[in-house]
Amino acid sequence: MKDMQKDDIVGDYDEQSQTFSDGSSRQVFITQEETAFPAGCLIVSQTDVNGTITAANDSFITMSGYSREEIIGSPHAILRHPDMPAAAFADLWQTLQAGNKWYGYVKNLRKDGGYYWVYATAIPNVRDGVVKGFTSVRREPSKTKTAECKKLYSEMLN
Amino acid sequence: MSYNLAVSPDFKPDLISGWFIFNTWLQHQLDKAIHLEIHQGFDEQLQAIAAKKIDIIYANPYDISRLVRDEGFIPVAKPHAKPDEAVVVAAAEGDINTLQDLAVTANIAKTQARDVNNIGMILLEPADISPESAQFIECESYISVAKALINGKADVGFMLADAFNDLSPLVAKQLKPIVSSQIHLIHHAILLGPQLAEQHDVLASFLIDMHKTDKGKKILDDLGISHWEPMDVEEAEFMIDLMDTLAPKE
Repeated sequence: MKDMQKDDIVGDYDEQSQTFSDGSSRQVFITQEETAFPAGCLIVSQTDVNGTITAANDSFITMSGYSREEIIGSPHAILRHPDMPAAAFADLWQTLQAGNKWYGYVKNLRKDGGYYWVYATAIPNVRDGVVKGFTSVRREPSKTKTAECKKLYSEMLN
Repeated sequence: MSYNLAVSPDFKPDLISGWFIFNTWLQHQLDKAIHLEIHQGFDEQLQAIAAKKIDIIYANPYDISRLVRDEGFIPVAKPHAKPDEAVVVAAAEGDINTLQDLAVTANIAKTQARDVNNIGMILLEPADISPESAQFIECESYISVAKALINGKADVGFMLADAFNDLSPLVAKQLKPIVSSQIHLIHHAILLGPQLAEQHDVLASFLIDMHKTDKGKKILDDLGISHWEPMDVEEAEFMIDLMDTLAPKE
């Protein structure tokens, strides 16, 4: 996955190196700028079985900060914020690969280095008995739950 | 042999004559005897679906899931630019102005429209309100939801956006929207039962061209639909997956 670009970052940032489960790594630049979730909207995307984004709605484009051309064909992990523990995503993939629905509170990384919290649901797209990909829907999370998860994830990372 | 057409029970009462006229148009197009079956509520319609008494249906997003995946119905067409959105509504003169004004034990007036109710609960999640914490008042119709709010029996109510926008001015001015969904991807659709599968292409063709004749356009206008668009199986499957993600956590 491509490193983030400093020119895209808005505001003061910290630089970190992310390592993914496949061994690859990525330089990310993160700011403390939170983007509020637009009330009533849903962020919807679909990926293939490898987690490559195949479709995204307008809310996805707006909230991620990427253009549609940049997003389609990118790995879903492009949104992964370094404040999220790897165990959360391991649980997601294990749950989906077992054919089940996954729920979780997730801090996502924007192209500009900022972040937004979501309550995410992901399900396998089963067609004629075969998993063809995954659909993920993100909605506005409870602030109480977000605060709890922020603490929990911080403990998991330390 | 006669076939049965059903319409999701969440349609506005004043559209009933429009659906009878649509049924007559459909009979002429397909050259088949078709009976419009009006069900008194979602439970009655679900029983009719289970008893395989429905051959063609204008279904709501929640029922599309069961009809396509469990009963083998085939998607045919969807109304153009007519997504199903939900609105959380409160009394205009009440103390509830934002989600933050609601207690987690909020009294919620709702109908049996499960798609609207599921979306309504999602809209309340940022206020920590869950199906377990809230209290519910079951209503027969969206008008009953409005009455429960105006009479102070409920804090908020769930309504289909179309239904909210079509309330009479007298009722509408006594209510206010608190938050509305902007999903854009969920909608009603016409589905065909598996016993009529061979009629799919013919029916799709008639529906897609319906607005091109004066008579067809008038019928559609009366139903609040500009025209039909084709809907394939994958689009239905995508909507079903989406509805699945919106269902309450088990």
